[in-house]
Amino acid sequence: MTDRHLITDAQNTWCPGCGNFSIQHTLKNVLTDLEQEGEDLDQIVLVSGIGCHAKIADYLDINSFYSIHGRAIPVASGIKLANRDLKVICCVGDGDAYAEGLDHLIFAAKRNIDITVIVHNNRVYGLTTGQYTPTSPHGFKGKSTPMGTLEYPLNPVELMLASGGTYIARGYTQKRDQLKSLIRGAIDHKGFAFVDVLQICATFFNMTSQYNPRVYPLPAYDRSDAGIACEKVREWDYNSDAPIALGLFYQRSALTFDEQFRHQSLHGKERQILIEEFLATRQ
Amino acid sequence: MAQDVSVLVGGKAGDGINSAGAVVAQLLNSVGYHTCTYYEYPSLIRGGHNFAIIRGADHPVDVHRNMVDYVIALNMDTISLHSGRFHEKTVTVFNSDVVKAPGQGISVSAALTSENAPAIMGNSALIGAFASSAGIPWDTVSEVFNRHIPKGADINMRVARKGYDQVTAVHPINRIGDRRFSLISGNEAIALGLIHGGLSAYVSYPMTPSSTLLHFLAEHADRFGITVIHPENEIAVILMALGISYAGGRPAIGTSGGGFCLMTEGLSLAGMAEIPLVIVVSQRTGPSTGLPTFTGQSDLHFILHAGQGEFPRFVVAPGTAREAYAWSAVAMDIAGHYQVPAFILADKTLSEGTFSLDPVQLPEGPFRGPVLWDGSNTYRRYADNGSGVSPQAFPGTRGAVVKVNSYAHDETGITTEEAAIVAQMTRKRLRKAANLAEAMEAYDTVITDGPVHAGTMLVCWGSVQGACTEAAHELGLRAVRPVVLSPFPEMRLKQALEGARRLISVEENATGQLAALLRLHGITVDTMVLQYDGRPLTPEMLVKRLKEAGV
Repeated sequence: MTDRHLITDAQNTWCPGCGNFSIQHTLKNVLTDLEQEGEDLDQIVLVSGIGCHAKIADYLDINSFYSIHGRAIPVASGIKLANRDLKVICCVGDGDAYAEGLDHLIFAAKRNIDITVIVHNNRVYGLTTGQYTPTSPHGFKGKSTPMGTLEYPLNPVELMLASGGTYIARGYTQKRDQLKSLIRGAIDHKGFAFVDVLQICATFFNMTSQYNPRVYPLPAYDRSDAGIACEKVREWDYNSDAPIALGLFYQRSALTFDEQFRHQSLHGKERQILIEEFLATRQ
Repeated sequence: MAQDVSVLVGGKAGDGINSAGAVVAQLLNSVGYHTCTYYEYPSLIRGGHNFAIIRGADHPVDVHRNMVDYVIALNMDTISLHSGRFHEKTVTVFNSDVVKAPGQGISVSAALTSENAPAIMGNSALIGAFASSAGIPWDTVSEVFNRHIPKGADINMRVARKGYDQVTAVHPINRIGDRRFSLISGNEAIALGLIHGGLSAYVSYPMTPSSTLLHFLAEHADRFGITVIHPENEIAVILMALGISYAGGRPAIGTSGGGFCLMTEGLSLAGMAEIPLVIVVSQRTGPSTGLPTFTGQSDLHFILHAGQGEFPRFVVAPGTAREAYAWSAVAMDIAGHYQVPAFILADKTLSEGTFSLDPVQLPEGPFRGPVLWDGSNTYRRYADNGSGVSPQAFPGTRGAVVKVNSYAHDETGITTEEAAIVAQMTRKRLRKAANLAEAMEAYDTVITDGPVHAGTMLVCWGSVQGACTEAAHELGLRAVRPVVLSPFPEMRLKQALEGARRLISVEENATGQLAALLRLHGITVDTMVLQYDGRPLTPEMLVKRLKEAGV
């Protein structure tokens, strides 16, 4: 398919100013580039969870699996295992992947399965109208924590480094050129690629004025050095006023989970013979 | 006179009771008997009492009996805990190092020492002693050891010979034929049926009594060309399988009740997104952790109703290994054709028991095959045609944008809240249910046995059929059993039960779940015989219970 639109007729219902527009636009541009380079977009699958982020599955006119809250990553893993020719991109939310489905995120990184996970991290539940998430700062006043949350946020980038991810990056919806190169890098990376995207929630948690003065691009260093990467990911803990590094923290190449499976699909007759041969061993 | 013998093998966990039971079953198999083996063991790794009851007969058998004709005692518990199973002619062979009992004792330690064999081979000495007491020729014993003990057959055989030579034939088991059946567990029958039905991937998290299905498929993954994955939990299991199915694979998953609890959100997703999936649930005693290694039939309503919302599902409860094989293959086909979740509902008795399967008469079909997109017009994943079954295309298909969705969606798979479309797509899914129900006419959904004019009829489901069928024979009753439980074969069942003056349901649960399901379909059960202590009903137990109920 060439010159495809990439955007469906579905009515867009994100709030004006929502960071999701930036992510969708960036992803669409990445897809356009891929197509121009000769990639067949029919070989791309988008998997989403549930939340504001997930509407992207309705909006982008590509193969998609609009799954359930927290469960996009095992779905994406299954798709990759069934057909290694597919490029599988997961769009997930912070409540989605860091709360409801955290186990799947860690295990996907641990397995180094060749999928891309883009976290729309607005640090608040939008679709359920404003509760704290695992990355909301301490004291965040949401509808379920009116006096302020008593928990500290987790640092998902550090967590992914500890879990075995082989491409670990953080982007920001207001740094679109960088975001595009990070997402493209993630898709091109062979192995588990993770991009935490700091995203503005225009309605419930607009952090623009906090982020803009603090973000800076990561300097040059050996991206395969886990020690330096660890230092960098710990600089900002999603709670403090520290500078916020953006870019690729860590990348290494490693055997992927999916490439270790030897598929040799058998036809009905072959199966029949093998079953009979097996049954003979039990006689 | 009918040939029907039962052998009890007992010892402590770690004594190799399972393998001893398997060898005894193969000995009976090699002299022409149909066999079934029941294993009972506590939920631990070492210690505790384990036993196996192997039954051999000149006709197919699906259930063990209470009484045994031979005892192979590796420990004293085997004698003291099972004395109620012995009759006056029961032949006992035992390890005289640790057991004091009437019968024929042999010193296992002496047999091992003389052959310089490790302790784990001790049960070979007793198997040899049993074979001798049963008059099984040494040639047959050595052939079974060679065929079925791949490691150390020679030394095991020398140890067995020590036992064989110390014991005299007491009660010979006659050779009744030369043909041998294939001895497989219920879980292995399910696995082979799934493979027959086109399985490409099996995803599972370990949970007794489904784990041996995972172990078997993992061990034989290369042989059968399948992918086997054990992910982080049961939630990942079902979601991964749905991803595989969406991408064109043909997955099945397996678990027991507790694991299935975690899968229910994924089940509802399968229903809404219309993604084919086969789900094996092997029941154990509940609620909660319950009795992990014991049996039960208390998850019928859970399986029939699990998952939010309304969507069609297929549920089959095979009662024998042969049915498990046949219906597992059919479940793969039904899931694929109708794009619905298809359940194989088993239990510990069936899953972990071993049975004789006739390899030259493997049951088959009928199979329908998947409905695939022909490449014409713009692809719409949920195209609403007459049957409700929308042609499938898989991602990677040129020219097809394949969108599946957990939200209410339109024909293209895009989310909608439009009242008319929501109602239309609901009707589309329900039409699949109606078509599936109609298609079931081609299958044996209800099994009947015994005289048509019997005034009293037994109705049961699943593995308890073994006890039911034999008790019905003994008492001259009719036994009726729905194998398919969704879509419920109401008409056929009513025909099968026509003329019943008294209907008795026999179930391994505490509330009579089948009886409740029958009531929903206008069939009244007069008496319920319920068993809920984790132990399967045997024919003798059931006859006694039926007599108590005035039959």
